Amino acid sequence: MTKRVISVIVNGVEREILTAPERTLLETLREDLQLTGTKFGCEHGECGACTVLVDDAPALSCITLAQLCDGKRVTTVEGLVGEHVEVVREAFAAAGGSQCGYCTPGMAVMFHHILARAANGEAIDPRRELSGNICRCTGFVKILEAYERSTEIAQRRGV
Amino acid sequence: MNEARRSPKDAAYKLIGGRGGRVEALAKVTGRATYADDLRLPGMLFGKLKRSTVAHGTIESMDVDRARALPGVRAVITGADLPVRYGILPVHQDETALAVDRVRYVGEPVAAVCADTEAIAQRALDLIDVSYARLPAMLSVEDAFAARVRLHESPKFQGNAHRVVALEFGDVEAALAGSEYTREDVFYYAGSTHVPMETHATLADASDGRVTIFVSHQAPYYLQQILPKVLSIPPHALRVVVPYVGGGFGGKLDPFPDTICAAKLAMLTGHPVKITLTREEVFYNHRGRHPSLMWIKTGIRAGRIAAVHFKAFLDGGAYGSFGTAAAYYHAALQPTTYRFETYKAEVVRFYTNKPPCGPKRGHGTPQPRFTLEAHLDRIAEDLGESAHELRARNLIAPHSKTVNHLSVTSCALDECLRRVVEASGYAEKHGRLPFGEGLGLAVGCYISGAALPIYWNEMPHSEVIVKADRSGKISAYSGHTEIGQGADTVLSWIVAEVLGVAPGDVTLVLRDSDSVPPDLGSYSSRVTMMMGNAAREAAQKLRDALAAAAADALEAEAEQLAFADRRVFVASDPDRGLTVEEAIARAETRQGLLSFTGSYTPRPQYGDFKGAGVGPSPAYSYTACVIHVHVDADTGRVRPQKVWIAHDIGRCISRVNVEGQVEGGVYMGLGEALMEEMAFTREGLLRNAGLLDYKTPTIMETPEIETFLVEDPDPEGPFGAKEVGQGPLLPVPPAFVNAVYDAIGVRFDELPVTPDKVLRALERGSKRVGPRGVIAFPFPEPVRVEVPQDAADRAV
Repeated sequence: MTKRVISVIVNGVEREILTAPERTLLETLREDLQLTGTKFGCEHGECGACTVLVDDAPALSCITLAQLCDGKRVTTVEGLVGEHVEVVREAFAAAGGSQCGYCTPGMAVMFHHILARAANGEAIDPRRELSGNICRCTGFVKILEAYERSTEIAQRRGV
Repeated sequence: MNEARRSPKDAAYKLIGGRGGRVEALAKVTGRATYADDLRLPGMLFGKLKRSTVAHGTIESMDVDRARALPGVRAVITGADLPVRYGILPVHQDETALAVDRVRYVGEPVAAVCADTEAIAQRALDLIDVSYARLPAMLSVEDAFAARVRLHESPKFQGNAHRVVALEFGDVEAALAGSEYTREDVFYYAGSTHVPMETHATLADASDGRVTIFVSHQAPYYLQQILPKVLSIPPHALRVVVPYVGGGFGGKLDPFPDTICAAKLAMLTGHPVKITLTREEVFYNHRGRHPSLMWIKTGIRAGRIAAVHFKAFLDGGAYGSFGTAAAYYHAALQPTTYRFETYKAEVVRFYTNKPPCGPKRGHGTPQPRFTLEAHLDRIAEDLGESAHELRARNLIAPHSKTVNHLSVTSCALDECLRRVVEASGYAEKHGRLPFGEGLGLAVGCYISGAALPIYWNEMPHSEVIVKADRSGKISAYSGHTEIGQGADTVLSWIVAEVLGVAPGDVTLVLRDSDSVPPDLGSYSSRVTMMMGNAAREAAQKLRDALAAAAADALEAEAEQLAFADRRVFVASDPDRGLTVEEAIARAETRQGLLSFTGSYTPRPQYGDFKGAGVGPSPAYSYTACVIHVHVDADTGRVRPQKVWIAHDIGRCISRVNVEGQVEGGVYMGLGEALMEEMAFTREGLLRNAGLLDYKTPTIMETPEIETFLVEDPDPEGPFGAKEVGQGPLLPVPPAFVNAVYDAIGVRFDELPVTPDKVLRALERGSKRVGPRGVIAFPFPEPVRVEVPQDAADRAV
């Protein structure tokens, strides 16, 4: 197995990265691209702190090999765009959905993803959707409240 | 009832008690908030630690030559390079950053390397050859008590007993003999660990003739006390910077080997060195909940608690850490909720061959609280009365002294109890629900900061600077750490409230020991109480200076002025006023630099006996909790359905943050009740050193939590505030087991209550699951202390 150059669209920009086969997407984002918003939590795909979107679907970047992302679109917390970005920020701040903040980027990416699905008319069970994102601070009460608020704000704004 | 308890927000305040968001919310939700591992410096190297593979042994040989020879490796160090002993408590300096001659737990660091890349550093570890001569591993208090071999040599210790506490207040034997009813029970509380989402990380830089560390830590003040000694540098040559901390819960309070090694490697190489722990390594740093085996005997006379005799056997792990404090806290905080007429506590902490235990949320108090509250549930049942009434009748009174000489100030536990009993329907439903459904009740109490510092001195525990200048900028400087508890928001809101500005108008200068005044750190639930009081004092001095200058300009008396909406104005004639910028410019013209300081030093009142220093606090918080559980008899799974919890906060500074702390405490308590336990093989290997195997509750296991905040302003707290970071965890585990008993008639006298234990109990028809007895440790004659006079008067 050898290193090779992969081409990934990261947050809307095409990046060419020389990467070893064992290198994870998380290492590539944090160390090669200095996108440190995505967090290293457990390295086993258990905590969700490293959640990013790969071709618009949530992925655990700590157990996703970088080479498998060749030719794909990767969106991190820094690169979230669209009408739901402000919605999630407002809702999280108002509800107190973040304490130490370390799980928050992963949560924010998940919120963005499920709000987009909700906007397409899908029924969302937030507990089930967020069951892969561990928070040790909040007891999840204010995170669920942030989700409720974000759906209300989104509805009000028609987004 | 105190009127303040009813009012959700005092109209006299603009911010205090409101629902505004935390000041750093946007930084966190956008991913811009910076944590230690996010940092990098030019020329930075990566460090890694080699760890022991045996639980107990001597290091026969260690060969680092092959590692040193690997291209890209810049330095390799071993125990001989860092021989200075240290420990967070001055009484037990029993650690070294890297093992010297002997290893005492699997995972103990024995060598450290740094290299150009993390991969090279990892390969270098594999090239270090260590051979150990194994010694018997002691993995429980029973092992440690029975063993001939000693983990640490000290003439002060009896065998492997690291710390022994024996205190008696009044004559317990006589009071038990005079009781109408006595009962004794045995309990076990499993060891668990914090699992902060961020792993420990340190970036050290020694390139400018001193040592700078960027570190994920709760109390940089203590690193400043310890690291200079270990690194042999003058104290002023150490600069500590603490970025946002991704959770602590007590797990980032000790000086850790990774921090010390990063600093040492940076000093040796002249390059910045970063060490970020893997998740597995965080389990070895540990310093979490002590596994505790406990025995309690209580005597009741005329419905009152005439005597409590308590014993505890703590499994401390390989080093002292905060263990002496944990042992004393096992004894100290049970009498803060109830009037005990007499009390005896005997506690021993043993050294064992496991990662060291230390302070986890509640620090040494959740275990005895679990014991007391589960024990009282049975006493009430034996006496044929409600567990609620038994508690209500025996509550400690506000502004009184406990049997162990602690001074309670405000206490609204009666109101907390009333709220949760009413909201849950406990009085009507307890004992009357169908099989599989149950309600349980418990209460708790915690300190709002330890009144005494770890390193004895009489200096302030928190100091804050508030500064303003002609640009209109108001800055607040503080050395606290933001570990998620909301301390930045507390600082900003208090300064803004006093000066009549918005939180966004206050620039916070934090984190860097080069610029901030001393603060002891984020532990012991002390920050709102101590930093908050210091901030209020400093802001008030600035306000006085602005008022004096504005009074001249407005031809009014300073006392007539009000501060609000970024203006200083005559309260009776609001149009007569200045903007805050104008007031600042006039004050600076009048008196020069506007820089004011506030300091907070607790004024502890405590007994005159050895051990009296653990437990005193400026104020105590109180909590009551009812939990509804559903037990599935087919799977053995216990599902909490709802939690009602009422917390006596004194006064909310930031309501959303206070609620968040209550909810987080409930969550962590439920984790310990339901599933969290560190499990070891017979060789002493931690079997679940990762999040695949060490289970923590997810959003699916966390029930609805209804929080009631009882506001009864405390005379000592800033605006009346008390703690909330730790107290709400305490009643959760006992309320949980009391609910399980109500649901299925089985007493769980040990935690966690896992499905296999529930199924086995139901299959066998057991009435009780728990330890059979305690060990026959020969406690010394107790320190005998008279019961305080006012407590004695009430007992008659």
